[in-house]
Amino acid sequence: MIASPSRLERKPALANQRLASLSGSLAVAEAMRQTNPDVVAAYPITPSTLMVEKFSEYVANRLVDTEFVAVESEHSAMSACVGASAAGGRAQTVTSSQGLAYMWEVLYVAAGLRLPIVLHCANRALSSPINIHCDHSDTMGARDSGWIQLYAENPQEAYDNALMAVRIAEHGDVLLPVLHTQDGFTVTHSLERVELLDDKTVAAFLGDYSPAHPVLDTRNPVTLGAIVMPDALFEMKRQNAEAMHNALRVIGEVGEEFGEISGRHYGLLEKHMVDDADLVVVVLGSTAGTARTIASQLRVAGMKVGVLRVRSFRPFPTQELAETLRGKAAVGVMDRAFSFGAAANPLFAEVMSALYLHGMNVPLINYVYGIGGRDATPGQLASVYRDLALAASAGSADPMVRYLGLRGP
Amino acid sequence: MTISGRAQIPAHSEGNPGDKGKAEAMTTATKLNLRTLASSEELLAPGHRLCAGCTEPIVVRQVLQVAGPNTVVVNATGCLEVSTTLYPYSSWRVPWLHSLFANAAATVSGVEAAHKAMVKRGRLKEDERMNFVVFAGDGGTYDIGLQSLSGAVERGHRFLYVCLNNEAYMNTGIQRSSATPFGAWTTTSPVGSGTVGKSQPRKDMTRVMAAHGAPYVAQASPHLWKDLMRKVEKALSVDGPSFINVLVPCPRGWRTDVELGIGLCEVAVDTCIWPLYEVEDGRWRLNHKPRVKKPCVDWLKLQGRFDHLLRPENAGALAGQQGQIDDAWESLLAQCNAPQRGA
Ligand SMILES: Cc1ncc(C[n+]2csc(CCOP(=O)(O)OP(=O)(O)O)c2C)c(N)n1
Ligand code: SF4
Ligand SMILES: [Mg+2]
Repeated sequence: MIASPSRLERKPALANQRLASLSGSLAVAEAMRQTNPDVVAAYPITPSTLMVEKFSEYVANRLVDTEFVAVESEHSAMSACVGASAAGGRAQTVTSSQGLAYMWEVLYVAAGLRLPIVLHCANRALSSPINIHCDHSDTMGARDSGWIQLYAENPQEAYDNALMAVRIAEHGDVLLPVLHTQDGFTVTHSLERVELLDDKTVAAFLGDYSPAHPVLDTRNPVTLGAIVMPDALFEMKRQNAEAMHNALRVIGEVGEEFGEISGRHYGLLEKHMVDDADLVVVVLGSTAGTARTIASQLRVAGMKVGVLRVRSFRPFPTQELAETLRGKAAVGVMDRAFSFGAAANPLFAEVMSALYLHGMNVPLINYVYGIGGRDATPGQLASVYRDLALAASAGSADPMVRYLGLRGP
Repeated sequence: MTISGRAQIPAHSEGNPGDKGKAEAMTTATKLNLRTLASSEELLAPGHRLCAGCTEPIVVRQVLQVAGPNTVVVNATGCLEVSTTLYPYSSWRVPWLHSLFANAAATVSGVEAAHKAMVKRGRLKEDERMNFVVFAGDGGTYDIGLQSLSGAVERGHRFLYVCLNNEAYMNTGIQRSSATPFGAWTTTSPVGSGTVGKSQPRKDMTRVMAAHGAPYVAQASPHLWKDLMRKVEKALSVDGPSFINVLVPCPRGWRTDVELGIGLCEVAVDTCIWPLYEVEDGRWRLNHKPRVKKPCVDWLKLQGRFDHLLRPENAGALAGQQGQIDDAWESLLAQCNAPQRGA
């Protein structure tokens, strides 16, 4: 991630904001303070620990009056969130990697029970071998759990996503849990300039949460989490799919509304010099910064290149992505996780399907990079655009899957 | 189905089960008489699908009679859960939440924490004390849910955890758990040429909970309903976690006659296989001492799962079993007779 100098100098867009120098972790902790959830249940794991620690300080110093449940595991963290959310409270947690994996069965419960829990995640490779650095294997492992997944590029966006996630999750047409994530260390531990909204603006933006059927309403008892047979489960899961589909619209609406109060507008995708580009790199998370810097340099050299950053991986903006890539000469898709044994890796599979569904046969290359925290360097991104230029003139790309920064083949 | 599509079923009782005026939570022991109980509302509706002769619903009804309608139930996966909530029906006239097998205690932690937050923030009234009750099987308690329970008790959440202990995983077809007693046949501790059923003694979970320092821990049995309900009452009155381990005979898994259920409880207590005691703020008290301590054979011979132990070639194993029971009983007596804290 390379910050552009112009961003460092800018003043806050609006008077309701103040500037701070914060890491991604601290930015999210600040959003959590402002959200003041009813319940936070969390467990420490690198590189998300700082969020838990900072929030504990807020609790200790009464800057929030959240019930903080310092659970004995991530399984229990997500379980307590399920209990708290079913009770009618705003519930949040924080985790990474093994912690997310440890939550796995409970993630599905949260989505299946339609509980708008927010999970602040920091990406880290999954064991084994154990490694504490960033890749996306953890969140990709949860991609079919029914959670919305948003990927931030920098501390500012992590802060913004942490707030928008609450509104998206609780929207009546969605009612799904939201995981928003940032790259471990690269974002969680890098100090950057962040514009913070004032508490009043945040409170007004978030509003109150009052679910229809909390289990704490003993006057109107509900049975939640019943056993469901083949005669009904299918319909319920179909409704989950519908809610996820609705989220495509709601993420955009909430992003617009957030733009009005903050000056920072968010959609499902972020396009950088894509419109007139021939060669486009599709990427998640912090690597987009590096890609943009390289793309800008190559533009000066006369190459028509762009960067398409996917902000929402679930739901995946299939149609918008395909329309954006229509007419491109070649597309490179950057995956920071493997899907072992699959035709291609997770992000690539989505892009490939999107293009196929829209009748486009563009030369595509899948790059696996940054595994276990391996640096994603400017040189690698430059080589990607060079590859794409060759593929564009050849009209095809072989091999389809390539590795960046790997020693050996 | 509701719009949100989650399995969410309104209780289907006549009248308003949540009407606080009608069915008040019992708060004094004096109300524990049969006439009051007979006229008080059943919060577990009939029509559930638990086996004939199952003692689980008897315990649930006894607990809910005391807890009353201002109660939220969290249920771990197991026989009770699958048999009382077959969508779109529900037997529960109190709010009921099921998440998974291992996480009932963590789930109730979240419910209780949210309740606290909402009271603190004025969204709920403090004076309406709400009860949080977990029902979980021995598998969901002794084994897969142990960590979750241990954590929740250590954190001090206010909830009553009732272990419905039928000494095996019954919902999945009678597999051993760490509550299964030595020598019992189960489908994963079968009797073979080299084994006499389960080869390890059961875990003493009640002691494990007492060792956590929970303010109230007890063992109970539904045949002594007054004792059980008084224990529930005490448990719900403490300001922290409480744990009651209840023996629930399972005719299907224990290979017994369907009508034996409650009778078996009596034998379990009289043979000292299931002693009734409580640990209140660290003070141990025996609640029931059998007039005559019966031999464990009286218990074993009623259940098909122990048939093999009564064969002549297994006399040694049987004697070992009696020895284990005697030792545990002596040790419990010593604990209860020892000078108690604060006494
Ligand atoms: C993680 C997980 N592992 C296994 C199961 C399968 N399972 C469901 S209930 C159960 C046993 C329940 O035993 P217990 O807690 O003693 O309750 P019982 O049915 O005997 O009342 C098992 C093994 C599951 N649902 N979840
Ligand atoms: S298997 Fe046993 S515990 Fe389960 S419902 Fe039947 S009798 Fe009850
Ligand atoms: Mg059992």
